[in-house]
Amino acid sequence: METTAVKEYTFKDFASDQEVRWCPGCDDYVILRAMQKALPEMGVKKEEVVFISGIGCSSRFPYYMDTYGMHSIHGRAPAIATGVKLANPNLSVWVITGDGDSMAIGGNHFIHVLRRNVNLNIILFNNEIYGLTKGQFSPTSLVGQKTKSSPYGNTQPPFSPGELAIGAQARFFARIGGNTPKEMTQIFIESEKFKGTSLVEVLQNCPIFNDGCFTKFTDKAVRADMQMFVEHGKPMVFGKERDKGIVLNGLKLEVVTIGEKGITEKDIIVHDAKEQDPTLHQMLVRLEYPVVTGIIRSFDDVTFEERKRAQTLEVKANSKFIKTDDLFFSGDVYEVE
Amino acid sequence: MNTQILINLVKIFKLSQTMIDSKVAQKTEVEIIEAVIIRFVGDSGDGMQLTGTQFSDTSAMFGNDIATFPNYPAEIRAPQGSLYGVSGFQVHIGSVEISTPGDEVDLLVAMNPAGLKTNLHAVKPGHTIIVDTDAFTKKNLEKAQYESNPLEDGSLENYRVIEVTMTSLTKEALKDVQGLDNKSITRSKNMFALGMVYWMYDRSTDHTVEFFNKKFKSKPHLIEANTKVLNTGFYFAETLELIPNAYTISPAKMDPGTYRIVMGNTATAWGFLAAAEKSGLELFLGSYPITPATDILHELVKHKHFGVKAFQAEDEIAGITSAIGASFAGDLAITTTSGPGLALKGEALGLAMMIELPLVVVNVQRGGPSTGLPTKTEQSDLLQCLYGRNGESPVIVLAASTPANCFDYAYEAAKLTLEHMTPVILLTDGYIANGSAPWKIQSVENMPKINNHKVKEAKENWHAYDRNEDTLARNWAIPGTPGLEHRVGGLEKDRISGNVSYVPENHEYMINIRSEKIKRVQNYIPDLTTEFADDGDLLVVGWGGTYGSLHSAVKQINEDGYKNIGFAHFNYINPLPKNTEDILKRFKKIIVCELNNGQFAKVLKINFNGYEFLQHNKVQGLPFGNSELIQKFKHLVK
Repeated sequence: METTAVKEYTFKDFASDQEVRWCPGCDDYVILRAMQKALPEMGVKKEEVVFISGIGCSSRFPYYMDTYGMHSIHGRAPAIATGVKLANPNLSVWVITGDGDSMAIGGNHFIHVLRRNVNLNIILFNNEIYGLTKGQFSPTSLVGQKTKSSPYGNTQPPFSPGELAIGAQARFFARIGGNTPKEMTQIFIESEKFKGTSLVEVLQNCPIFNDGCFTKFTDKAVRADMQMFVEHGKPMVFGKERDKGIVLNGLKLEVVTIGEKGITEKDIIVHDAKEQDPTLHQMLVRLEYPVVTGIIRSFDDVTFEERKRAQTLEVKANSKFIKTDDLFFSGDVYEVE
Repeated sequence: MNTQILINLVKIFKLSQTMIDSKVAQKTEVEIIEAVIIRFVGDSGDGMQLTGTQFSDTSAMFGNDIATFPNYPAEIRAPQGSLYGVSGFQVHIGSVEISTPGDEVDLLVAMNPAGLKTNLHAVKPGHTIIVDTDAFTKKNLEKAQYESNPLEDGSLENYRVIEVTMTSLTKEALKDVQGLDNKSITRSKNMFALGMVYWMYDRSTDHTVEFFNKKFKSKPHLIEANTKVLNTGFYFAETLELIPNAYTISPAKMDPGTYRIVMGNTATAWGFLAAAEKSGLELFLGSYPITPATDILHELVKHKHFGVKAFQAEDEIAGITSAIGASFAGDLAITTTSGPGLALKGEALGLAMMIELPLVVVNVQRGGPSTGLPTKTEQSDLLQCLYGRNGESPVIVLAASTPANCFDYAYEAAKLTLEHMTPVILLTDGYIANGSAPWKIQSVENMPKINNHKVKEAKENWHAYDRNEDTLARNWAIPGTPGLEHRVGGLEKDRISGNVSYVPENHEYMINIRSEKIKRVQNYIPDLTTEFADDGDLLVVGWGGTYGSLHSAVKQINEDGYKNIGFAHFNYINPLPKNTEDILKRFKKIIVCELNNGQFAKVLKINFNGYEFLQHNKVQGLPFGNSELIQKFKHLVK
């Protein structure tokens, strides 16, 4: 992306004239504002930004952004975005999706876009519920969760989006609470910088159908003790007093207290998001205490567009066909007098 | 009467190499005939498709008109010798116009009993059958469910049977060639059969030898082996004079020009290449493999040198949705599929119609419903194309009618989608997609211009849904263009701004305008024409891939003196040509012939009141036969 001639934008430049219609108190507002604030910081031209969404509450997002956008059909946004990106690799393409849209009906496109490493960004609004259809369990709802379609409790074990994504070869995975806009803005900027498919899971509270599902680790009062925000190259410490940390004990991650049992800061694992081997990243994704947020994985790799482009250039360089006539009149042709 | 052939191996292999190289036979008695239909049949691994293709290509280069029809099982390598594993390739060559692969065959080449059993019914009584007697073993006869050997029990009395120990002769011919395993040796026996047929029909082996030289460039032993077997077969037929008569078919009278043989699927792919070049847009294909459409993908992936972006997606839905994304970003976008794939693409096609983007969906029809008959032909997706989406969602529907005009209609589909900003479905079918015919090569320079509705720069009061007054096509504003940022989507949109609108009157207005947009395409497509008679007692109506069968049947009946039968064939299904009713009303009776249970007849009934549409339908996975049509038409005008 060229950054030279980009004019200075403010968040207002990215707000469309459409009235935002999410429920009052929804974290979607936070995400929208974080995105509108992040975009001016990315050095991209407004006309080169494209938002593609599927179906669901979150998928109304493109209507509220004054950029190019498409509110498409259920689950298909990653495939549409792949087409946009192959047609014009210079665009900054964003997929907006939810846990139903990406993990259920669109599961296939979700894993394949990650596998291919198309250079685009996916913002996954995970609220562990179907909102727009008024409260059925989703592929990320917990076992036992009572919803409109599981009145006696959900019997389907959930996906962990990060675990699924990394299993599908995601090179970039970040997770962030829906009530931490500052960090969220920064992560959006980092995901755009990353070359390849960036997946950002936002733990988004649905105040109507699944209110408080993340409160036990996102609430301001407990956040510092229950969440660990990781940064590449920094030790994995957390806690109000910054005295808790993570060590590797055998094949498991273990929470320790610095200063107790002879543990010093040196014993704490330093986060390496750029490591190719995803083993430790998967362990971080799965950790229930503390819940890990921040950029968990950010491994640089060749993108799909780069592979395609290299192949095209090579074929072009070695081909005798410039115009279609060259092809049509080649080989086994014959004259009729 | 069976012609028992005694094979004198010694005699064959004493023949000098120079004689074999001389190729063109010195024939004493050569009968000149107008046309011949030959069918090669064998196991699906016997190379019958290659044999047939080589014979038809050679004949085309000789100047004959040709039509071919491959008929193969869905199983890649069905159990050897089984009845359902038989693969066939039929070729019709002539010094006259050839419009179908034909039904009854003059020469059947059967490489095994199963091939003989499943194809004998197609051989004209008194005509020739060549068999590989080596394949008529007890085991193979059992597999083909023969109770006795048909070569011995007199059941082939009505045919001229030429028995050849093809497998042994092939083995013998190759005994001195180094580096061949048993499998390669047995597999080249199809070239023995081809060599024989080349001699019988006065064809040179040059083209096929050249083909070996290219195909096996890095495997000289295979060039040697195949050439040797081909020449041995050729020479076997000639020198031993075991085949009593030989034929020649003079070149056909065709329009002067440069030709090549194309398969329908290749022609389709090339039509899009031409359209992309003419329109100045890059071609994007999103596709998922499905029989019998995959060859379009195979063809387009080769052409990266033209900047073609071919994307093999994770499923049918991603095939079309990636194309919608590419179209949104400004490419000429297409997706290719067959019936079941179109069903999966339905919702996305509705989106493309709703957001009014250019997109071509190619549906190479096959036998349905469900998985149906994947390798057989049918025309039963017509109503799915017209109505197979939720809501009021009209799209343009075209149908190609010959292997060669797949090129023209692919080009036309691209032109219409770009000029009218609405999706187009292009229908072909397994019959014309896999069939091949001579194509008079068209240079892009001489093709009609293709316009599009791209907006180059922001103007005041610009709206995404501003429409062209004539076509009602909306603006195409591409991401990357400053000042034209806008959102599109599947929700109903305001008639001007394109923003979401739930206003009842606006919804109805938009429904109507999308429908009117399709209707106005009528002003941009050619009138329907009739052949053989402009008015009269009977109008034969067809659409799509049945053109060849219907044309040749009406032609023949016309030559038989029935001058009161006309023929009208539709390539434009939605909208129908403006003058359709003008043509219908000139005939006393109308018969709609299609390879389904009457889908186009239904469409005509809906559109034209007061007419009786008789039907001739066939749903066997096979094209119409000439005689069934002629019988039907004659009966109607008695």
